[in-house]
Amino acid sequence: MNFEFSDDQKQLRDQARRYLAEHSPSKAVRSVLEGKAPYDKALWKGLAEMGFLGVAIPEEFGGAGAGHLELCVIAEEIGRVLAPVPFASTIYLATEAIMLAGSDEQKAKWLPKIASGEAIGTLALFEGAGNPSPKGINVSVSQGAVSGTKKPVPDGAIADFAIVVARTGSTGRETDIGLFIVDLNGAGVTRKSLANIDQAHGQAEITFDKAKAEPLGAANEGWSILTRVLDRAAVLMAFEQVGGADRALEMGRDYALDRIAFGRQIGSFQAVKHLLADMYVSATLARSNCYYGAWALSTDAAELPEAAAGARISATQAFQHCAKNNNQVHGGMGFTWEFDCHLYYRRANALALALGSLSYWENQLIDRMRLRNAG
Amino acid sequence: MNFDDTPQEAAFRAEARAWIQANAPRHLEPELSEPSVGRIKLRSGDILTESKKWQKKKAEAGWACLHWPKEYGGRGASPIERVIWQQEEGVFIKLESVFLIGQGMCGPTMMAYAGEDDKKKYLPKLASGENIWCQLFSEPAAGSDVAGLRTRAERKGDDWIINGQKVWTTGAHFSDYGIVITRTDPAQPKHKGLTMFFLDMKSPGVVVKPIKQANGQAEFNEVYFTDVKIPDSQRLGKVNDGWNVSLTTLMNERMSIGARIVTGVPEMFDFCSKLMLEDGLAIDDKNVRSKLASWAVKASGLKYTSYRSISALSRGERPGPENSIGKLVSGSMLQDIAMFALDLQGAAGVLNDADAVAGAGQFQSMLLRSPATRVEGGTDEILRNIIAERVLGLPGDIRVDKDVPFNAIPTKGR
Ligand SMILES: Cc1cc2nc3c(=O)[nH]c(=O)nc-3n(C[C@H](O)[C@H](O)[C@H](O)COP(=O)(O)OP(=O)(O)OC[C@H]3O[C@@H](n4cnc5c(N)ncnc54)[C@H](O)[C@@H]3O)c2cc1C
Repeated sequence: MNFEFSDDQKQLRDQARRYLAEHSPSKAVRSVLEGKAPYDKALWKGLAEMGFLGVAIPEEFGGAGAGHLELCVIAEEIGRVLAPVPFASTIYLATEAIMLAGSDEQKAKWLPKIASGEAIGTLALFEGAGNPSPKGINVSVSQGAVSGTKKPVPDGAIADFAIVVARTGSTGRETDIGLFIVDLNGAGVTRKSLANIDQAHGQAEITFDKAKAEPLGAANEGWSILTRVLDRAAVLMAFEQVGGADRALEMGRDYALDRIAFGRQIGSFQAVKHLLADMYVSATLARSNCYYGAWALSTDAAELPEAAAGARISATQAFQHCAKNNNQVHGGMGFTWEFDCHLYYRRANALALALGSLSYWENQLIDRMRLRNAG
Repeated sequence: MNFDDTPQEAAFRAEARAWIQANAPRHLEPELSEPSVGRIKLRSGDILTESKKWQKKKAEAGWACLHWPKEYGGRGASPIERVIWQQEEGVFIKLESVFLIGQGMCGPTMMAYAGEDDKKKYLPKLASGENIWCQLFSEPAAGSDVAGLRTRAERKGDDWIINGQKVWTTGAHFSDYGIVITRTDPAQPKHKGLTMFFLDMKSPGVVVKPIKQANGQAEFNEVYFTDVKIPDSQRLGKVNDGWNVSLTTLMNERMSIGARIVTGVPEMFDFCSKLMLEDGLAIDDKNVRSKLASWAVKASGLKYTSYRSISALSRGERPGPENSIGKLVSGSMLQDIAMFALDLQGAAGVLNDADAVAGAGQFQSMLLRSPATRVEGGTDEILRNIIAERVLGLPGDIRVDKDVPFNAIPTKGR
């Protein structure tokens, strides 16, 4: 057993951390948050040049062909700095869907463009309130054209294409759901940006009116592919969340060492120390669950569904826990626009809902554990 | 990142499995499989006898204290082999709990500080379970603040004369030997005047009085010393350097406790999968699911955290203070799980009598023992301090008595 990243992977992490520290300062996050740009284009291009966008894409499709462990390493660093780029939507969702279910032509068409930063992708799944469920899908496809409205779609306003989850029949069963690639710059697509708690990552409403839809994967397997995509994305996003949690903990720790009250560093007060110790504990548990998820993802193990749900729940809880207590350690400063605490608080709570809420993943975990115990 | 055995590890696993298959006391398996926290009580036999029998068998076949050197009764195994053994040993590992303090804490301290002859004399018998050891640190006025202890040791020629009292000493009533920390220079600040020894628990002047615990059992004791004579050759470490010696013990304590965390989660999962509530199975209830999921990810997080420490160990890195999180997380989780399990049973949750109501009594011992988990081997608060100070680098607590000579510290009742 070896339950650690390899030295090469650690080197990649250092490289990504250095790069992002320089190219994704919180100033850049703020400029997207404040609406000065829809995303950080220069950073996106830079990430492509560093080979980070295509790190898990096979070489024959223009990627680095490294693998998912490497992608996990980079996801964590993206999460640490809250990089204001469509990384999750393009890489964890759209790319994973194409790699899992795409034909050779589809892979050849999209993957090189993703790796080079030329194409931004997303997954158009949700239709208003609620969690992933075949019953919640009303957007439909007939005769190669998709109609209906999706919201919220992450990075939907800037994406070039979307994987659209759509109904293909009328039974309401899983087998009536298909996945389709839709060119968002094509005819029949209207988009509108939606305000959200973390404007550093845009959300959109997309209305399709007989837009051209190209099937991705077998017609009746849409829901099962989607489930697999969500599991893979859950592991990757969990790394992003752990990166954010770790950074929030560090910020809290640094402030506790810096700020003096009652003639002492506030970090010498036990109430503050214990707050930070508990943040460390939740971040550590989440990290360990993520490592298990990374192992399952990179080996495509049968344990992946359970591991993914565990990593997702643990990382969601850890990031929310660390972000909220980071604010607390910072006192009044933590509630100012000027300090970065709210950037982490926003992101923690936005990511918590991104792939289905906590209760959705709790349900998934229990179902999957039961399945294992029964088997 | 992988879970695969190397060919060497696979061979070790196969050998271990075959041996356990052929030798383990299978008749105890059903009882050992029941949810338990703390010391095990067997209905079908005496735990001490059964534990010693199994340990002896293991020692004779070379499966005891796997990571210890062969000359001290171990096997010289790698950290990974030790983990493989623990995985294969399964529920029978519970029969090791009476040896945990001796093998996990006293043994490593002896290995680091005792003379070579003594190591050869005492360690193999500790490994084989023939001798049981205890750890005599805590005192009535010195628990979390161990360095505030008052048991005195005074030099008299080649001997030391010990007077004082210890408390909460697990297993002292059936221990053969113990390691004891004493004050040898009260004129020094409290951490500087301490000295460590090992002693024969049958020495004249040692009196052990079992304490009945809140859960009705009696694992721990008061131990009184009246003019107990210990030869200087049984000193561990330098005179007045006992604090540093005790740190070796405590570090190993965290490691060995951390390695076998009981979380209560598998038991709770199983319970909820079978329990019928008014509206159906407990595990189909939204509220139950949410709690179960949160506990499950804590338990898996602890498991994979320990895998990460093992990976670090196998690369030759030392176990760090981050190992404190196992007990910190599982202690209060055990309490929460037990309370929720009773809650789910409604009015009958109060019953301890399995004959009266189906399923009753399963979580009672967890409920009544788990408060101790949060105290023994360092309280939750002390563990949080350790994490905050040694992992996160926050300032130490202000210690008003740090540089004051021990005998000048003003203390109520001293
Ligand atoms: C089942 C069991 C078995 C044990 N076995 C052994 C054994 O074999 N050998 C042995 O030597 N000891 C043993 N102990 C003793 C154990 O190590 C002590 O109980 C423990 O260290 C706490 O000390 P105390 O009981 O004196 O509590 P105290 O130290 O009096 O603590 C009381 C409360 O004050 C808090 N507190 C104390 N200091 C601080 C601080 N600096 N910051 C914040 N809060 C603080 C504690 O967290 C706790 O909540 C055992 C205890 C139990 C329960």
